[in-house]
Amino acid sequence: MTRAHHLYVHLPFCAKRCGYCDFVTVVGRGSQHGKYVHALLLELGLEREALAPRLETVFLGGGTPTFTEPRALERLLTALPDAGEVTVEANPETMSRELAAMLRRLGVNRVSLGVQSFQPRLLDTLDRVAQPDTIRRAFNHLRDAGFDNISLDLIYGIPGQSPSDLDSDLAAAIELSPEHLSCYELEAKPGTRFTHAHGAELHRQAEAMESYFERVVDRLTAAGYRWYETANFCRIGERDLRSRHNLAYWLGRDYLGLGVGAVSTVDGTRWRNTPRLAAYMQALEAGSRPQREIEPLSDDVRRRERVMLGLRLDEPLVLGELAQVVDRKAMSKLECLGLVRTDARTLALTSRGRFLGGGVTADLLA
Amino acid sequence: MTQDRIRNFSIIAHIDHGKSTLADRILELTHAVSTRDMRAQVLDTMELERERGITIKAQAVRVEWKGHQLNLIDTPGHVDFTYEVSRSLQACEGALLVVDAAQGTQAQTLANAYLAIENNLEIVPVVNKIDLPQADPDAAGRELADLIGDDPGHVLRISAKTGEGVEEVLDAIVERVPPPAGDPDAPPRALIFDSSYDQYRGVVAFVRVVDGRFSTREPLRAMALGTRFEAEELGFFSPTRSESGFLEAGEVGYVITGLKDVSRLRVGDTITSERRPASEALPGYKDVKPMVFSGLFPTDSDDYPDLRDALERLKLNDAALFYEPETSQALGFGFRCGFLGLLHMEIVRERLEREFDLDLIVTAPNVAYRVKPPNEDWVEVHSPADMPDEIEEVEEPYIKASIIVPKEYVGAVMELNNDRRGRFDHLEYLSEERVHLTYELPLAEIVLDYYDQLKSRTRGYASFDYDIIGFRPGKLVRVDVLVAGEPVDALSLIVHRDSAYDRGRALVERLREEIPRQHFDVAIQAAIGARVIARETVKARRKDVLAKCYGGDITRKRKLLERQKAGKKRMKQVGMVEVPQEAFLAVLNLDGERKS
Repeated sequence: MTRAHHLYVHLPFCAKRCGYCDFVTVVGRGSQHGKYVHALLLELGLEREALAPRLETVFLGGGTPTFTEPRALERLLTALPDAGEVTVEANPETMSRELAAMLRRLGVNRVSLGVQSFQPRLLDTLDRVAQPDTIRRAFNHLRDAGFDNISLDLIYGIPGQSPSDLDSDLAAAIELSPEHLSCYELEAKPGTRFTHAHGAELHRQAEAMESYFERVVDRLTAAGYRWYETANFCRIGERDLRSRHNLAYWLGRDYLGLGVGAVSTVDGTRWRNTPRLAAYMQALEAGSRPQREIEPLSDDVRRRERVMLGLRLDEPLVLGELAQVVDRKAMSKLECLGLVRTDARTLALTSRGRFLGGGVTADLLA
Repeated sequence: MTQDRIRNFSIIAHIDHGKSTLADRILELTHAVSTRDMRAQVLDTMELERERGITIKAQAVRVEWKGHQLNLIDTPGHVDFTYEVSRSLQACEGALLVVDAAQGTQAQTLANAYLAIENNLEIVPVVNKIDLPQADPDAAGRELADLIGDDPGHVLRISAKTGEGVEEVLDAIVERVPPPAGDPDAPPRALIFDSSYDQYRGVVAFVRVVDGRFSTREPLRAMALGTRFEAEELGFFSPTRSESGFLEAGEVGYVITGLKDVSRLRVGDTITSERRPASEALPGYKDVKPMVFSGLFPTDSDDYPDLRDALERLKLNDAALFYEPETSQALGFGFRCGFLGLLHMEIVRERLEREFDLDLIVTAPNVAYRVKPPNEDWVEVHSPADMPDEIEEVEEPYIKASIIVPKEYVGAVMELNNDRRGRFDHLEYLSEERVHLTYELPLAEIVLDYYDQLKSRTRGYASFDYDIIGFRPGKLVRVDVLVAGEPVDALSLIVHRDSAYDRGRALVERLREEIPRQHFDVAIQAAIGARVIARETVKARRKDVLAKCYGGDITRKRKLLERQKAGKKRMKQVGMVEVPQEAFLAVLNLDGERKS
């Protein structure tokens, strides 16, 4: 049995729910944070076997991990196994000087800050609590505490966001000189409160916003960032500042996910824990695993996923056994169109191919 | 049974006005079927018919009522099958004209009612669904009486659903419908009003014996086609098959012929005895030729052999269906099929998809053309792609359209016919309210959506029927469509020269909407020969990515790509361009927008 070198821990709690968010989140419930962390550690105990003795990465995602009640968070970080890269997701308004120091003290060496935008109007549209000065203050607290690997999350394609709004957001981010940036296009999921409120406007803006992705890539690469994954950028320099944890996903490595709604992929099986907080905690308190959706992954499916994920990266995909899930005819057609580059051994998307990565990958898979 | 104890009748009703329910009730009352055993609506045998609310193939059922033999002959209900309906009606002496008490007379009922009157049938007017709260039997009854020139007191009021009044209907059939009046001693003659195919017994003909008597094992002949065969089995349906050994003057039944080819026994033909042949066939036989053609292609080219087998099987039951292999650059191997009309085409397509589980692309229908290339003989062309580049003369089929409509819609009907290159022929008032109009029109102008347009412009009140009146010269040109420089044969159109520009324009605009954005700009052009008459561009996509893809997103993202891939597989490749199947139907919808 292979064992995962990568651990994801889900902390679902948030101060409030943002309209566009579709992650498993729970608002408030301060009294439950401690019990939840207890359950997480019980789950960790049950899954020890799935984890390698030495981990490469640990990632605390959410929700808002830094909204978790500090003593509970401290207990969790103390109990989690050590790793080369330990990342915590944080919202700016939660990031006090004390918290930054505590994270640092407990072995966290990378923080991913959920900025989304630097403009009050757009932050408001997204239901974000933080204001531009909150964001800068949080960033400075992290730097002061000694963090030398900080990532900022930005969202583009926000209702009412003009091209110059986007430029200002990118410039503000670049000015802070973070080591890493993730830039996501806003996804208005059907049926969400957000889509209900802004769907029509987004539809009107769709054509105008089509160039935003190119704009993001242009601005960030010009500022010395490497576009190493479809939505992720890292500063070019002596250190490799790519997210090692997320690279594990994109390279098709195994990972264990703990927590409500968390997904694991270990040894050819993928499972998703129940998204229901109460059910999750009850099961673990009773000493059993939470209810799970289990998906066995065939070799064929794993290969397809490795092509799908690998083509998101800027380094060529080494074909090898993956060649059998790639459609040769489509590949040569896409090569003619200047969307892929290939030699006998490897396959990569060209710059334009990366902008069309979804459709191109669908074409490429046999 | 002596003829004075026989009554042959059919039921004429608009869809949903209760024909099948009434038929069920009649079977029940005459104990032909026990209530418990009865499938709902016995006569509509095919799944498809039940769902569409129409009957494709006629059947006949024999029941007994108060010492009389009643034969209920079912009729198809649509304009495409006018010929079949007319043969079914010719087999009867009477017809129940059934109208919904809430809705009154509907357009579709009229054409068949007039067909029945033309065939000298005794009409028994029936108002159905009197149990409905919104029923207005008085108004519906007056309208019905007015329509057939009868006394409103003669109109029967029933509820087929509850059974109320259905016995009176049976009594009225006995009292009012005249018995058959053939000569029982004359050389035998029987009218074929329908046929079907049984894989073990061969062609089964449904017949109405007019004169004389037929017996099992008798050598027989179909008079128009000259086909010789033997009556392997004779009998009737009640509603299960009952072998009787003979059929006599006035009776309705079936003949199992053992023939292996349905096209050798055509509806409307007369069967007579070889030993004692009649000198004259019964009147009214027509060789029905397909006039509407369309290409049928399997979505997945691997299904071609299945499509071929399915068409062979359908053809066994449908003599009017014509098909020949066709190859399209864009759509691959398929068949060019000929149909009686649009509904016939639709039914064939649905049966292929439903009964044979095939996924099909059906190209826009066109009519048959007669073409004379320079220094060559006339040829018949069934597909725009086969239209020669150089043409000396070209002719297209014309119809005489007969339209009955309330007077307030006369203007709307005239406008529609003028738009469709119609030539006004005749107008007369049938009553104070209703007008009968006749027009001569190119068949090509009605194959697309004429009937829908007629209905929508007259709120459904127009009844429409047509006869082919022959080929006439036309100023016709072929408009080709090029996608990214590649001609798409399946999208070629033959149109009148004066409308070529508008149609070409409409077509490329339509295609621009139908063809999804690709990885590059796609030019869509309409051209006559080398001359481009319209052009549109589908702009290339600039981005197509899912931004977020982490551990929890992988399965969802993979499924999304698989769906996207499956969608692409359903598309057809034209050069480098992926064209969805709907685009090939774009031509079908052009006329809907072509409002002058």
